[in-house]
Amino acid sequence: MSGREERNILLVGVGGQGTILTSKILSQGLVDLGYDVKMSEIHGMAQRGGSVSTQIKYGRKIYAPNIGPGEADLLVAFEKAEALRWFPWLRKGGILVLDPREIYPVPVLTGAATYPENVVESLSAVVENLRVAPAAKVANELGSPRSQNMVLLGALVSLLGLEGAAWKDLVARFVPPKARDVNLLAFERGAALVMR
Amino acid sequence: MKPVLLSGDEAVARGAHEAGCAVAAAYPGTPSTEILENLARYENVWCQWGSNEKVALEIALGASIGGARALAAMKHVGLNVAADPLLSMGYAGVNGGLVVVSADDPGCHSSQNEQDNRLYAPLAKVAMVEPSDSEECRTYIRAAFDLSEAFDTPVLFRMTTRVCHSKSLVVPGVPRDPAMKPYVRNTGKFALLPTVARVRHRLVEEKLLALEEYANTSPLNRIEWGTSREVGIITSGIAYQHAREVFGDGASYLKLGLTFPLPSKLIRTFARSVSRLYVIEEGEPYLETKVRLLGFDCIGKELVPLCGELDAGILRAAFLPQPSPAGQKEDAPALPVAPPRPPVLCAGCPHRGFYTALGKRKKSVVGVGDIGCYGLGVNPPLEGFDYSICMGSSFSSAIGFSRALAQSGDARKVFAILGDSTFFHSGIPGLVDAVHLGANVCCCILDNRITAMTGHQETPGTARDLMGNEVVPVDVVALVKATGLPEERIRVVDPLDLAATGAAMDEAIAAQGPFVIVSRRPCVLLKDVAKSLEGQWCEVDQKLCRQCRQCLKIGCPAIASKEGRIVIDDPVLCTGCGLCMQVCPFGAIRKGGSVR
Repeated sequence: MSGREERNILLVGVGGQGTILTSKILSQGLVDLGYDVKMSEIHGMAQRGGSVSTQIKYGRKIYAPNIGPGEADLLVAFEKAEALRWFPWLRKGGILVLDPREIYPVPVLTGAATYPENVVESLSAVVENLRVAPAAKVANELGSPRSQNMVLLGALVSLLGLEGAAWKDLVARFVPPKARDVNLLAFERGAALVMR
Repeated sequence: MKPVLLSGDEAVARGAHEAGCAVAAAYPGTPSTEILENLARYENVWCQWGSNEKVALEIALGASIGGARALAAMKHVGLNVAADPLLSMGYAGVNGGLVVVSADDPGCHSSQNEQDNRLYAPLAKVAMVEPSDSEECRTYIRAAFDLSEAFDTPVLFRMTTRVCHSKSLVVPGVPRDPAMKPYVRNTGKFALLPTVARVRHRLVEEKLLALEEYANTSPLNRIEWGTSREVGIITSGIAYQHAREVFGDGASYLKLGLTFPLPSKLIRTFARSVSRLYVIEEGEPYLETKVRLLGFDCIGKELVPLCGELDAGILRAAFLPQPSPAGQKEDAPALPVAPPRPPVLCAGCPHRGFYTALGKRKKSVVGVGDIGCYGLGVNPPLEGFDYSICMGSSFSSAIGFSRALAQSGDARKVFAILGDSTFFHSGIPGLVDAVHLGANVCCCILDNRITAMTGHQETPGTARDLMGNEVVPVDVVALVKATGLPEERIRVVDPLDLAATGAAMDEAIAAQGPFVIVSRRPCVLLKDVAKSLEGQWCEVDQKLCRQCRQCLKIGCPAIASKEGRIVIDDPVLCTGCGLCMQVCPFGAIRKGGSVR
C-alpha cells in the first residue's frame, strides 16, 4: 500500500462467469489480511447474460463503495470485448488483466452487431500494463470451463502479492462442495500462470 | 464479535434479528430481495413473501398492531403499491415497532424509474432513517425499531442500490428477545373512521414536532468537524460516502441519518459555522429544499446531478474540476467499439418459445408487456411487445389500449403478457375487469412456477414458502376459471411446443372478446430443472444446414454464426430445449446429448 491509501479493483465479465463469487472470495481474503474492504456488485436484470461488473476497494479506510471512470488500479476482464467496454474505468498507469475468451452477445449472434477484431493488439497499443491471462483455456484443460474464475483469482493473488491469506481454505468454503477439488486445482494453476 | 463482511441487505436482516423483529414480509424486488431471504435464516422471526408490497406491508402492520416488532421490505416502486397502508399507518401509529424498508434504485440498474422515496416520509408523516453503509444498516435498523415504539410512528428505512448491494464490515451485536407488547383493543387509535382520523391527524402533527426536537440531538445525526470550516457539507445515505471520499478530512460534514423530520436547529448551527455550504445528495433536492427554507444559501443541485447514480468521480468533476485522471498513453490510437451486450433470456428459457410463436403472428397481434424476465422479450430479435409500464399493468392497460386501437380501425388483437408472480401481484384485478368488461384482449400468463428475475423467490403458486414449509399452491388456471370465462376461451400450453402454442394463439386471434393463454413450463434455472437437463444439447448438421439463419431469430445465446457456420457454440449453455430444431426448415439441428 505504498503511496496511495487505497486500491481499486474492477472485475468485469458476462453474467454467469462467476465474477461475483470471485469478488466475494477476494474481498474476504483482503479482510483476513486486515484491510478495510468495500465490495459493490450489481445484480438483478444484468445477470441474464448481460455485461456485469463487481468492484472491490481496499485500504486503511474506505468510504465510497463504487469505482468511477479513470479510478481502477486493476481492471480484470473475464471476456475480451468487456475489456474494451470497461477500459475507460482504468486509471492512467493501471493494470489490465485480460482473458482473451470470446462470448458473443446476442446482437452479434443475430448479425445486428459485429464482434471486434484485434482487441488485444489494439489495447496493447493503448494500455501500458496489459497482461493476457488465458484463464478460460486453462479451465478447459482442467475439464471444468466454469472454473475460469478461480484461475483468474489465483492469478490476481499472485499479481497483487497477497499470498498471506488462506486462499485455498476460502476457495473451498465458497465454491459448491462437488466442484471443490477442481476449483482448488484451478486456483493453483492460476497462481502459477505466466501472464504476458 | 469479529467483524464480518455483509451487504447492506444482509446487515438489515442481522439488525432486525438483533432488534427482536418477530414478523417480516416482503415482495421480491431488486435491490431489496436479500433482506427477507437472509432474515428467514434467523430463528424467532416469521418471514414470508406477500403476493404484493401492499399485502406485505399490511401483514407487517397487522403484526405491529398485534404487539410484534414487524418489518416490511420492498423496492422503491413497490412502495407505490404499498402507499395506501403507509399513509394511513402514519395516522394510526404502532403498537410493536414497525419498520418499512424502501430500497431505491438510482441509476435504474434494475428498475423502470429512479424515484426518490425520501419524498414519501413527509407525505406519509412517518419518521425516516437513512443508512450509508452496512454497519449503519445494522445499527440504524435497531434504532428504527426503538424510534418507532418511542414516538408511536412507522419508520421508513430508506436504502439505495449501493447501500443494499455493497459489502462492508459489520460487527454483529447481541440479539434482544422478541418481547411482545400486549394487545389491547383501541379503536380510537387503530379504527381510522373519519371521526378518529381527524383527531389522529392533529396528534401526528404534534408527534412530528416532538420527533424534530429529538432529531436535533439524535446520535443518528452528527457533525464531523474537519481540519477546516471553510467548506461544510450536508449529506445523507450513500452520498455521504462519496462526499467523504472526495473532500476528505479537510471539509466538515453534517451527516444525517434521521432524515424526517429534518433537524432545523442542527442544520442552522452547522450552516452558520461554515463559510461555504454544499448539499450533496443523490436524486431529488430533498435536503437542499429544507436548507433553503431555513434561509441558507447553498450549492446543491446546480452542481450535483438530479438524474442517475452518484459517484465520487461525478462529485470531483463537479466541485474540483481538473484534467481527468482517465486515459492511458498519450496520442493512443482509437480502440474498437465493444458490441452492446444487453441481458437476454437464458438458453432454454420457456419464454423464448412463447415469443417465437407470437413473432410468427406479428401482423395480427400487438404485445403489451409487464415487469419480469419476460420483459427481456421486447429486445430484438424477439420484439414481443410494444410497451411495459409497471407491475401488473399489462392486463389492465390492454383493456384501454385495445379499445383505442379498435376505435382507430386497427384490427390487431392485443396480447397482454405477464408472469405468474406478477399475475398474483396485481394482474388478477386486470383479468377480472378484462373478462367482466368483455375486452378484446388475450391475457397471457407466462407461468414459470417462480419469481425468476429476482433470483427464484417463491410465489403463491409454489408448494413451499420462504421458510421452507409446505403450503397450498394457489392454482392459476382455477383462478382464471373462477372469473367465469368459458373453458373454450382458456388454453394451457407448453411454450416449447411451438405448434400447440401457435394454435392457441390463432384461436385467441380469431375469438372476439377476452381469451386466456397460460404458457406453462418451469424456469430453466430452477435447480431440479437444470439437473434434469444436464448433458442435453443440440447440434447442427453442417451437411444439412443451408445458412438460412432462422435459428438465429429466436435470440438464443447458445447458437451462433461463427466463421461462416451455424454452430451450437457452447454445449454447456445449451439445454437441448429443441426450439431451434422446431424453427429449422431443413431438419439440420438434432439432439446431441442424451435424448429426452
